[in-house]
Amino acid sequence: MHDDTRFGLDKKTRLLGPVRLDSGAEFAPVDFAYETYGELNADKSNAILICHALTMDQYVASTHPVTGKSGWWLSMVGPDKPIDTSKYCVISINVMGSCMGSSGPASIDPATGHQYAMDFPVITIADMVRAQAILLDHLGIETLAAVVGGSMGGMQALAWASLFPDRVRSAIVIASTARHSAQNIAFHEVGRQAIMADPRWQGGAYYGSEPPASGLAVARMAAHITYLSEAGLTEKFGRRLQDRDAKSFGFDADFQVESYLRHQGLSFVDRFDANSYLYITRAMDYFDLTDAHDGVLAKAFAGTKTRFCLISFDSDWLYPTAESRRIVHALNAAGAAASFVELSSPFGHDSFLLDAPEMNRIVDGFLRAGESR
Amino acid sequence: MSVLRPDLAIIARNVSDGARILDVGCGDGALMAALRFHKSVDARGLEIDPANVASAVARGLSVVQGDADTDLADYPDNSFDFAILSQTLQTTRRPDLVLDHLLRIGRQAFVSFPNFAQWRIRFAHMFGGRMPVTEQLPHRWYDTPNIHHVTIDDFRSHLRDRNLVIEGQWFLSGDKPCNGGMANLMAQHAVFLLRRP
Repeated sequence: MHDDTRFGLDKKTRLLGPVRLDSGAEFAPVDFAYETYGELNADKSNAILICHALTMDQYVASTHPVTGKSGWWLSMVGPDKPIDTSKYCVISINVMGSCMGSSGPASIDPATGHQYAMDFPVITIADMVRAQAILLDHLGIETLAAVVGGSMGGMQALAWASLFPDRVRSAIVIASTARHSAQNIAFHEVGRQAIMADPRWQGGAYYGSEPPASGLAVARMAAHITYLSEAGLTEKFGRRLQDRDAKSFGFDADFQVESYLRHQGLSFVDRFDANSYLYITRAMDYFDLTDAHDGVLAKAFAGTKTRFCLISFDSDWLYPTAESRRIVHALNAAGAAASFVELSSPFGHDSFLLDAPEMNRIVDGFLRAGESR
Repeated sequence: MSVLRPDLAIIARNVSDGARILDVGCGDGALMAALRFHKSVDARGLEIDPANVASAVARGLSVVQGDADTDLADYPDNSFDFAILSQTLQTTRRPDLVLDHLLRIGRQAFVSFPNFAQWRIRFAHMFGGRMPVTEQLPHRWYDTPNIHHVTIDDFRSHLRDRNLVIEGQWFLSGDKPCNGGMANLMAQHAVFLLRRP
């Protein structure tokens, strides 16, 4: 596969599609930005799809072209890592609706020659997965050895197993949920309102002028709090002051935690599109795997042959352990082969992005067990 | 299966090939792994300790972290051929309810437990006047996970009250089998195979 130009780093391709969307609309053509690591074997049985979270992208294990930072899951993916690229062909695709090269609101609509902006269709997690399936068809990959994802990536892994059970041998779902709760939706709505309240948003038609950076930064700040834990924030910042000995009796970032959040917000706007943030948070809020199954989660997995591994973190209050347990109950009821463990970590929802030896050991063992089947 | 604990070896010998089993309190999955290897069973586990779950999953077993007292209710009726509860009954808050769930989830259930009427334990009580600390039950009164001490006769009496059927029973003194007649006095461990009436 060395000379197959479909495989490698920083790949882009446009496919005819269409993606048949949950809204009833069809979307075509579809742009995909993706990366592959490792070699696809002769019988194409060693492909692992890694699905990314809300603001992540396809740069799982290679340098991000905008930030210059190393891949976001280097602790998990690479040669001799738990997801071993010397054994597996790992594929990561920028989700539909995002802004790192796959079709999204900032992409040019070939029909008009302008950015889609708010003419981009409202999409769902299932739509993202249907689009990914089109790219996998293009790559000649019928069956995935595993679909792996944390957070929104876990939602995609669940949707993959539910929509295409015959194409998924194993699914690893980390720090995720089968539905967005009222609290999840509420936090996202705060972010969306911050963006839309920014006068620069202009109904989404800001391309070519200044983007709504202030709104997007506030959205990121609010969301970022949900990715951490109270204990984690206290340990990292406490009530310590930022570069000063006393309170300023003003509204500067007196506290370290304020400075940190402002930095998180400001650095985010350099790499992310505000409209993409609206569309992807909407897709997450619409996510409820029971929607297509009469409200019964077990029916989403009826008759499945897929092996499942779920991992949650005890300090994750965004997608708490109870949400993973709910999925496990449904998998048990469906008779699926399911494993689940709650790991202890002080770092909240973001724990899945950090190097966690216990998580690595579980992912490694779970994937190895799949090889012998 | 020589490395298995003696009570687990008894269970392993008596599980049918290819059965669907649920091991409640499966620890690091030693029994499940042996059953998968020797009997080609479709095994699932429930285990309360996260480190044990991680070890079991890392050896390729399907194990869910959970508590027998609260999480068995989530398993559907008759979803397994055998539900197994080894050395866990005496650690549950409500052993009677756990037993009910085992026999609802599994068509048959293996239950093994340490016999608290074995003569060494009786001696420790009678002459020592202290809660027994033995090789088999090494915990002290304040740190023991065994919160519902049960004897073989207690268990049999409970089975009678519930009209549950004993399909098989095995008794162990150390790692050697011992006679059923004197089991309540002589046996350190008991293994029962049960079914609903």
